Amino acid sequence: MSHSILILAEHSQNQLSVGTAKCVACAAGIPDAQITIAVCAADAGAVAAQAAQLHGVSKVLVIEHAAHAHPLAALIAPQIAALAAPYSHVLGPSSTFGKDVMPRIAALLDSPQISDIMAVESATRFRRPIYASNALVTVEVAAGTKVIGTVRTASFQPAALGGSAAVEKVSPSVELPNHTRFVSVSSSKSDRPDLQTAAKVVSGGRGLGSADAFKILYSLADKIGAAVGASRAAVDAGYAPNELQVGQTGKIIAPELYMAVGISGAIQHLTGIKDARTIVAINKDPEAPIFEVADIGLVADLFQAVPELEKLITG
Amino acid sequence: MQRILVGIKRVVDYNVRIRVKPDGTGVVTDGVKMSVNPFDEIALEEALRIKERGAAEEVVVASVGPADCQQQLRTALAMGADRALHVQTDASIEPLVAARVLLKLVEREQPFLVLLGKQAIDNDNGQTGQMLAGLWNRPQATFASKLQLDGGKAQVTREVDAGLETIEIDLPAVVTVDLRLNEPRYVKLPDIMKAKKKPLETLDLATLGVEAREQLKAVRFEAPPQRQKGIRVKDPAELLAALKQKGLL
Repeated sequence: MSHSILILAEHSQNQLSVGTAKCVACAAGIPDAQITIAVCAADAGAVAAQAAQLHGVSKVLVIEHAAHAHPLAALIAPQIAALAAPYSHVLGPSSTFGKDVMPRIAALLDSPQISDIMAVESATRFRRPIYASNALVTVEVAAGTKVIGTVRTASFQPAALGGSAAVEKVSPSVELPNHTRFVSVSSSKSDRPDLQTAAKVVSGGRGLGSADAFKILYSLADKIGAAVGASRAAVDAGYAPNELQVGQTGKIIAPELYMAVGISGAIQHLTGIKDARTIVAINKDPEAPIFEVADIGLVADLFQAVPELEKLITG
Repeated sequence: MQRILVGIKRVVDYNVRIRVKPDGTGVVTDGVKMSVNPFDEIALEEALRIKERGAAEEVVVASVGPADCQQQLRTALAMGADRALHVQTDASIEPLVAARVLLKLVEREQPFLVLLGKQAIDNDNGQTGQMLAGLWNRPQATFASKLQLDGGKAQVTREVDAGLETIEIDLPAVVTVDLRLNEPRYVKLPDIMKAKKKPLETLDLATLGVEAREQLKAVRFEAPPQRQKGIRVKDPAELLAALKQKGLL
């Protein structure tokens, strides 16, 4: 039996997110998957073209509306729900975008949602983390139940390119509410790699002691081409902006190299880095829990060790 | 009356080290400390602050679950909520069912604002608020780190992957709260005594007309794979050598 899967694209109006390509990889794990991507945008041309190139995608549905210049769950959800009838699964990335909109879609469809899918066992059976990833649960839905899901992007490699799906414009006959309005978005611009997808991440915690001290991490990160992350404690203390937070309530990442500097390693933080290939910990407290998960541990004063490491790399 | 409804979930305390039962049928909860979901405490704190500055008249807390949930509702009353609603059931409650229950309570209580935690730290689903907003056909503002009420509207700053997003929503609406919205107050002993006299009404699913549908069956629980024990290096030079050996630098 083939399964029709609808994926809600995440994008920045001109760039499709890597998370969407990872949703395609997740969907491809469902037996006999027929994969369709839906793009809600003000002007979907570029994003739709990128979605059409993803290997395994057979169709791209474009829903253009001026109101989609900034994604709002209250506007997107009814449109996706209106398109969802022929699909057995509706998936989106487990980013703040997907976490916001997918449950609203599920409610409109009267369907259950499976959050943070990390593995597909069958069309009706999925594995997901619970209790800040301290336990994994395999969840089964009855055959024939429409499944809404968010995909834990750290668990999947992005789908390859090379596809050439048909792009089709659709306009669901749904009245868009005007009770929710975008005002503004602010982010600290940087030329560093994106934290969510970077191969290397240098991350700082409470041990840094100040926003100023984070400079030594930015400097090291720039030297090795890494993104910068932070623990909740560091963000709470104002040392780093919220979009750098890694952990249960921040970003879940899977870099090749994760360097935890001055981070004690609360379980909520470890949730965010479980899939990192190599974890390095630099901390002056030899008892810090971060050392229990670190592949390489260095007990040292970070204010000496980090600049020294950078100097050694410079050679 | 200008009323705020706050959802309260009883969860395993965030400090408890979670263990999966050896037979894979669940996680160990016997004899484990239970608490109010930390995000729900933040939601309640925000509601109390709104009331204290005169922008609301009553804060009602609600919980869905077994009899023991009343402990957490009493904690919420001790924090300062005016009254509590306990929808008592021993059934396993999925987010969509919780949202349907909350919708019934919304219809009954007519709040101008529903405040919920952005997720519960047990199942980490993060669905109930958005589902309630969808069923109710009202605005949602998830992951709120700042909330400003302005007559029939609210400006909400949301913690999103890109940074901070601000949206404007008409009320009534559902707002789910993030960590940095506020720091919840501590409960004082006299307040615990006072809370015992505050009204706590018990309801059941049948009276509300909600069915405890179970669409998601947990077939197996397991502990996550453990990482291999790592090595210790003595200085940055050794660290660099180890990283080079792994081809990481």
